Amino acid sequence: MYVEMRRINKTFDGFQASKDVNFGVYKGQLAALLGPSGSGKTTILRMIAGLDRPDSGDILINGNRVNDIPGSKRGIGFVFQNYALFRYMTVADNIAFGLEVQKKSKKEIKDRVEELLELVSMQDLGKRYPNQLSGGQRQRVAFARALAPDPQLLLLDEPFAAIDAKVRRELRTWLKQMIGRVGVTSIFVTHDQEEAVEVADTIIITNQGRIEQIGTPEEVCRYPQTEFVKDFVDAERFEALMAIKKNGNNRCQNSPFCGTIN
Amino acid sequence: MKDQIEHSYEQDIVGDDIYSIRKVIEPHRDDVDHVMKYVLIGIAAVFLSVMLIMPLAVVILNALRDGWQAYREAVLDEYTVKALQLTLLATVCAVAVNTAFGLFASYLLSKFYFRGRQVLASLIDIPFSISPVIAGLVFILTFGKIGWMGDFLKAHNIKIVFAVPGVILVTIFVTFPFVFRELFPVMNAQGKDEEEAAALMGAGGLMIFRRITFPHIKWALVYGVVLCTARAMGEFGAVSVISGHLRGKTNTLPLHVEILYNEFNTTAAFAVSSILVIMAVIILIIRSFIERKRKI
Ligand SMILES: Nc1ncnc2c1ncn2[C@@H]1O[C@H](COP(=O)(O)OP(=O)(O)OP(=O)(O)O)[C@@H](O)[C@H]1O
Ligand SMILES: [Mg+2]
Repeated sequence: MYVEMRRINKTFDGFQASKDVNFGVYKGQLAALLGPSGSGKTTILRMIAGLDRPDSGDILINGNRVNDIPGSKRGIGFVFQNYALFRYMTVADNIAFGLEVQKKSKKEIKDRVEELLELVSMQDLGKRYPNQLSGGQRQRVAFARALAPDPQLLLLDEPFAAIDAKVRRELRTWLKQMIGRVGVTSIFVTHDQEEAVEVADTIIITNQGRIEQIGTPEEVCRYPQTEFVKDFVDAERFEALMAIKKNGNNRCQNSPFCGTIN
Repeated sequence: MKDQIEHSYEQDIVGDDIYSIRKVIEPHRDDVDHVMKYVLIGIAAVFLSVMLIMPLAVVILNALRDGWQAYREAVLDEYTVKALQLTLLATVCAVAVNTAFGLFASYLLSKFYFRGRQVLASLIDIPFSISPVIAGLVFILTFGKIGWMGDFLKAHNIKIVFAVPGVILVTIFVTFPFVFRELFPVMNAQGKDEEEAAALMGAGGLMIFRRITFPHIKWALVYGVVLCTARAMGEFGAVSVISGHLRGKTNTLPLHVEILYNEFNTTAAFAVSSILVIMAVIILIIRSFIERKRKI
């Protein structure tokens, strides 16, 4: 296990946002936290990143308990739900920020920024400011910025939420490829089943602060273990998705579920 | 949906100027009712003339009534200069203290969650709702001879009431919320995501402030400082109570104006007033410049 949550509890002002959360993600895997709004997905992600502290339980990264290690020392890249790009810095400066903090040399920073701009196909947009970018471009910058310091673990909070449905589909294929190419262990949050099924190796289903089920997309869709999962996961839609996946047909026109997506 | 999100992001970017009047009076393509428009313009013009422009003209005209020489004498009078110095001193102190405090308080209240957050935010506004005269009295009762801290201060030979420190203290008190009020909404609207993102990359507090928080609040800060300056210079009530009106010692410009006026030295009174008016106009110009800047 690369990341492990052991018996994590977290309460905000008397509201329990995480209840006995247990799960693990293997190295190099892409895991999805899937659940309805308010089910505690962001809370889990923030605790792994060290932005919130659990009330009890252990967080392990690479076998080490990191509860008392500040987030910046956990080797994590974080993509925020609204990207949280530094709005007074150019795209290039955004990406360079983490490297500057690490006091890398000018040349090193410049090379790395160029490399990342290329990775996310934004070579020509380095001088732009975040408000001069489209939603999809912002997301790619956020992704590049998170990857710049070479994290061992990438956390993404609803990376596609702010992007319109058409582009979303493209972007998630892109993201999956990118993550595969970089080979970084990743956990992303979503409340969209289709997204989770299409992108993730493992799906972790959350509900009211609890983990309901963990498994491959196939497992959670075909063999739901709780009533909640059974209701939440749309098995028919899953089969349709699998069919599309198998046929390598990403264009969606042939699927009866095109209209119902999102 | 995309448009919506784009839009809200744009709003975020320019979110600072939600308080700018400019936005409200942006021209509409078609005026619905021309008569209404001109009636309203007329009312506004008359009102502004009677309430603002006329009084200001009176100040300037009266100040120069006995000629340039008399004006010069009144302005360069020893006590006037002393009063001006004290006013500037009190203003600088108030601005310095309230800027520092405003920065800390708004950072604290916008980036951290804790019990009593709301209470603290309302406490800071108290000087807005208390009459300055009462503020002056409160300080006398706290630091004066019969006050709570009277014995302590006397034992240590510190004089606050009827002395310069008192004047400075009440000025700080009266202008307390200005910088905070300008900064807080801006910092709050910014959220803390960017700061958290930077912190996750290992940036320290100072770097985060310098690179992320400050660029965002820059103009709000300057604006707050300008408002604070204007208010501090003009403060009368609280200062009047606590200063004891010691000419050449604890008199600020507004107090000096009052004294001159009560002595039927009208020309001098208006001449000294004109200093305040000129400073106010300068501030007004700076202020509108900033408003424009903040809009960009
Ligand atoms: N800082 C906080 N203070 C108080 N309550 C909080 C805080 N953060 C989260 N909560 C509560 O914890 C619960 C879980 O929140 P969380 O943000 O983890 O949900 P989520 O699954 O990410 O939802 P969404 O899909 O809407 O983003 C919610 O009911 C929320 O109101
Ligand atoms: Mg969330």
